[in-house]
This record gives sequence, structure tokens and C-alpha cells, in this order.
Amino acid sequence: MAASRVSLHLMARNSGTSSIRALSRAVDSEGSQRKGRTLLQFLADYFCDVEAVREYLLRKQVLKVHQKNRSFTYIKERYGPYIAGACFIWKQGGAVRFQGNEWIRSGHGLSPLEFRKFQEVPVEAVDASGCAINYQGLDNLLALKELQSLSLQHCPHVDDWCLSRLHQLADSLQELSLAGCPRVSERGLACLHHLQNLRRLDISDLPAVSSPGLTQILVEEMLPNCEVRGSDWARGLKLGLEEQAQGPK
Amino acid sequence: MLRRALRLGLRRGLLSRGLGTRRGGSTLDWTGRVSNIKKKIQSALPGGAWNPLYDTSHLPPEQADVVIVGGGVLGLSVAYWLKRLEKRRGAIRVLVVERDHTYSQASTVLSVGGIRQQFSLPENIQLSLFSAEFLRNINEYLAVVDEPPLDLQFNPSGYLFLASEKGAAAMENNVKVQRQEGAKVRLMSPEQLRNKFPWINTQGVALASYGLENEGWFDPWCLLQGLRRKVRSMGVLFCQGEVTRFVSSSTHMETISGEEVSLKRIQEVQVKMDCSQEYQPVECAIVVNAAGAWSGQIAELAGIGKGPPGTLQGTKLPVEPRKRYVYLWHCPQGPGLEAPLVADLSGVYFRREGLGNNYLGSCSPAEEEEPDPGSLEVDHDFFQEKVWPPLAWRVPAFETLKVRSAWAGYYDYNTFDQNGVVGPHPLIINMYFATGFSGHGLQQAPAVGRAVAEMMLEGRFQTINLSPFLFTRFYLGEKALEHCIL
Repeated sequence: MAASRVSLHLMARNSGTSSIRALSRAVDSEGSQRKGRTLLQFLADYFCDVEAVREYLLRKQVLKVHQKNRSFTYIKERYGPYIAGACFIWKQGGAVRFQGNEWIRSGHGLSPLEFRKFQEVPVEAVDASGCAINYQGLDNLLALKELQSLSLQHCPHVDDWCLSRLHQLADSLQELSLAGCPRVSERGLACLHHLQNLRRLDISDLPAVSSPGLTQILVEEMLPNCEVRGSDWARGLKLGLEEQAQGPK
Repeated sequence: MLRRALRLGLRRGLLSRGLGTRRGGSTLDWTGRVSNIKKKIQSALPGGAWNPLYDTSHLPPEQADVVIVGGGVLGLSVAYWLKRLEKRRGAIRVLVVERDHTYSQASTVLSVGGIRQQFSLPENIQLSLFSAEFLRNINEYLAVVDEPPLDLQFNPSGYLFLASEKGAAAMENNVKVQRQEGAKVRLMSPEQLRNKFPWINTQGVALASYGLENEGWFDPWCLLQGLRRKVRSMGVLFCQGEVTRFVSSSTHMETISGEEVSLKRIQEVQVKMDCSQEYQPVECAIVVNAAGAWSGQIAELAGIGKGPPGTLQGTKLPVEPRKRYVYLWHCPQGPGLEAPLVADLSGVYFRREGLGNNYLGSCSPAEEEEPDPGSLEVDHDFFQEKVWPPLAWRVPAFETLKVRSAWAGYYDYNTFDQNGVVGPHPLIINMYFATGFSGHGLQQAPAVGRAVAEMMLEGRFQTINLSPFLFTRFYLGEKALEHCIL
């Protein structure tokens, strides 16, 4: 009784922002090897309550991503795949462009009449930059059979498995941007050979790619009709020069 | 009272030791006697385990609910799903007995690391589909707080199977079954194949099937270590030793037709510690035989197959070690980044390894040319005579290549039908099998572990029905034939 009261008291004091931040770091793709042990780690060794709370918080993070990527089945059945895909992207904070229309960043400003009008208009472009889209969430996008432009810049949960699903858009996709995705590696880029109609591909700033220059050459060989934008060699030189300039100081 | 019991216990111990010394008993007898003494002391004294004689922290526990023989990826997967599906946290005490914790000869780490859904049996397709889902969400299934996430190094480049005129109809039928089960497979004509992969010589190829999703290759070591650290954090116990004996009790029964059979139940597993003559009996409720290539030996120790031929008692576990080579070569003009794992109609397969024009592949030898599985020495003539000619014929760029390294690993080869053995033995009622997968056990391990755990905890398969893979098929002669064995 006394032990559990003490543990509850300590948990009340220490859980919150710090523990969630620590757990977020654990979920990051970069493995952070901290020196020493935090108080929570120390407590988890002695109190199974603390251990259970930390595991619960870790699981909660994962469930949050799953919730964001749930399927829009009801909207799809009622309004069609285009509206469902658009609602999914708007919910995530992205933008869509219907065929013959301008970019729309949110569905709140649309009237019901305009909403119904888009039911038959294909979605031509999707900007999902910075969204929490993952493998499950791609279901909502792969139903857009006329999609020509897709931007997945800086999406933290887009990985090699997601790229292997893009073959379902092979007939229409012409532009693809994967810049800044932390989990995309050269192994996933090998799947893009299915996209035979691709004209523009942005694979810059991918930290998981071990050899950016070599990978870009191989991707260009794989997609001869495509303009590939990868790590800029000149930019690499500039960065090197800047580092040298700052070194002596 | 307590003091008197202590005195009695100590006196008995001393007496036994004296007797042992006087008669010149062997170490095994001495260890057995110490074990008996400990049991008597524990029954006389209240409380937990008590080791007054010497330190036993390196020994396995004296009691476990489930003993898993074999710490490879299949055994660890069974342990993982047992702990995950248990009703109450900590309810099941699981012990994994592994001969070699460095896994230097284990099939898991010596394999090519492929995963595919292109099988002909629906059960195999379902197993691989769930395993692909498991690998995709491996950082949700196997997440440990404060540990870095696992990087599986998965290459989703798919498998490409080539078929001749003779095999085209079977391939078409297989792809139909695969699509029914939810796999994403595309059939390709020779012309489509030539357009997509110009480096393939399509002469002799009538049809090709190409896996678009959930197929490729990954790092087996990462999966193994991820499972190991997760099951350890779940409370699974490990010990490095070898199972040398099973102590069973038997009950005589009579079947409907009047035959007399002997039902057995394993009471104790004797574990001999590594690099030592010391051994420890472990009382257990269930034994899982996941010893891979050595499962047949473990089954023989339990008495499986000791009976008249043609009866269920006399039916052996037909799993034996088979040696398989893997060669790594360099070819500057070889296939590019888009190359899948190509499985030729001649049986040769290869895949890309990294970005530097390195490739890795082999083929299975014919039945009459099986190499001796006594050691893991590599036969380099096998590559020159059996692998390279059909390889260079199919990919002309491989006419100029340089073999850089090679290694060998074991298949736990099922000589009956090359499919896994899952579930309980019908007569040794508390021995379960998870073995005999003949080369595709690594990719199916997460799903097989779940199926075996379900069979233990619920008494039947709940998610994937693996009834065709039960042990009884060896006695009944019902082969679960799989046509896509690499």
C-alpha cells in the first residue's frame, strides 16, 4: 500500500510532458542512445506500475497514428473515392487539386453544392507534405486512379513498404516528391520502376539513403524518361566549404 | 521445528554425498541425487527455491510451464505469442533452451532472408501474408521501451518466378489461388518480361509471375535479435544447453478397432549445460520442438517413431538436416536497382545485394546429389557446374562474374512433403511441433508461432487453419504438396 502510494505520487510528478517527449524519442527512426538512465527508467526497474504506464504511453502513440490513417469507408460509399481521398488529405492538413480546379487546402469552405459537384471530378494532384500518412492511410490515396502529382515531402511515417504500394498508381502518376522523408531508403526507391509514366521525381534530403549520389545514378538508370532531382552536388560542396570555414573558429 | 528440519535435511545431504564418494558414483548420478535432495528439502521447508549447496544461477529453472527446444526464429516466435496471448500477465513460465546463443550454425542467420506469398497452398500464402504484416509493423509488435527501433533492411523488390511451357498452366493456377488469398501478384508474358527487365534472356520462358507487394528480402539477424530482446522483456527465460533426455509417463489405451496404443506425457526435460557435464531436470507441462534441422533427433529422444512400422506409434518425424549453399558474386554489368529475386525454371535463384553490383544466389541440388550435412563446408565446384551455367544462360551479363564468398546453411528438410509440421503429436500429447519448413520457415515464423500458441492455449487454430500441417498426415499419407519450393 505504501509502495503503491509512493509510486503513484512519483508518477503524478514526473509523467506528462517529459515522459511523452522521452517516449516520442524512442519512436523516432534514429536510435537515440542516451548516457545514463532517466528517473523513469530507474523507477521502471522497481515499480511495475511505472513500467506499465510507459508501455501504455508508447502504445498510445502508435494508436494515434493509426487513428489518423483510418479508412474513410462511409464517405467513400456515399460520395465516391474522390471525395473520400480529398477528405482524408484535408483531415491530415494537406491540399488537393481536382481536375480543372485550383488547389483546395480545406473542405470547410465548400458548400454542400460544391461538395456534390466534386463527386464526379477526379483528383489530379495531392500535396500531403508533412502529413502523418502511413501504409494504411495510402488506401485512401490509391483509389484515386487519375492521380498525376503526389507530394509526400517530410512525411515521418512513409517508409519503403509504402513505396511498394505506389505501383497501383503506375498508369497515371507523373510527378512524385519524397524529399525529406526520414524512413525512405534506397531499398524503397527500387520499387519506383513500376511507375513507367513518371516524369519528375524528387528524392533529395533522404537521411536513410546511405549513398545519395550512387542511388541517384541508379534511379536515373532505372527511370530513363524521368527527371530525377536528388542531392545537389554543388550544395554538398557548399556545405563542405561552410564547414571548413567554421572549423578554425 | 524449523531447526530440526534443517538438521535432518543437512544430515541427509551429507549422508548421500558420503555414499556417492564411497561407491565411486559418476557425476551424472551425483547431480541426480542433488536434485532429489533439493526436492525433499523444498517439500520440507516453506517458501521459494532454496539452493544451499552451490550457486545455480546459470542453470535453468526446475519447473516451467512450456519448454521450447530451439532458440531460432521459430522457437522465439512461439515464445513471443505465448506471452502475448496469455490471459494474465506472467501467467505462463516459458523457458527457451538454445544450444548456441551465438547462432553460428543456426538456419536463421545463414538464410537468404526472402519473404514471398507465391506458394501453391493457401495455408502457405496466408502464413506469409500475416508474416509480411508482422514485419511491416515490427516496431509495434516488438517495441521495447527505451530500446531503439528495429531497422529490418527490407527490400520490397519482390520475387519473379519464371515458368516454361510445361509449368505455365501450374503457374497460372497458382497465381489464381494467390490472388484469392489476397496476394498482389502479376502474370507477365515473355514480351512484357523483356520490356520490363531487358537483361533477362526470355528463351524457354512461357510465363512469369511477379510479386508486387509484401515480397522481397530482409535482414534475418534483425528479426532474430528483435524477437529475442522482446521475449526477454516479456519474462521468457533462456538457458544455453542441450536437451539430452525426456522423462515420460505412459498410459495404455485401446482404440475403437481394438488396437492397444500407449499414450505418453512428458514429465521432465533433462538439459545438459554447455561445455560442462552438469545437467538439470526441468519439470514441464508442454514441450515445443522447434529445433529446426535437429528436430528429428529431439523427436527420437521423446520416443517418437519407436514402435512397429506402419502404426501411429512407429511413425517418425521425417525432418532431417540438409545442407544448402549460398554464393556471393560481383558482376559489373549485372542487373540494376530494379532487379527482383529471380527464380529461374531451372531452380537457380539470385538477388541483388547492396548497391555495388553484388549478387547472391544458389540452387537446391538434386535428390541424388545431396551433400553431406555433417559440416558446413562449401563446395565451390557446385557453383561452377550446377549454378553458373543456367544462371549465365538466363542473365547473359553473368557470363563474366567473380565469386567473392560463399557459405552454407541448413534446411530443416521435411522429406515427406517439404511443408512445416505444426501442432501436437497425437500420442505424446504434450509435445508440439514448429519445424520442418524446408527453407521457408524464416518468412513464416511470426505466423507459425501464433498458430502454435493458439493451439496450446485454446486447443485449436483460431486465425489461420493449419490442419493440413498436423503430424497425423505422416501416418495417414496425406501429402500437403507445395510446388513452389526454392
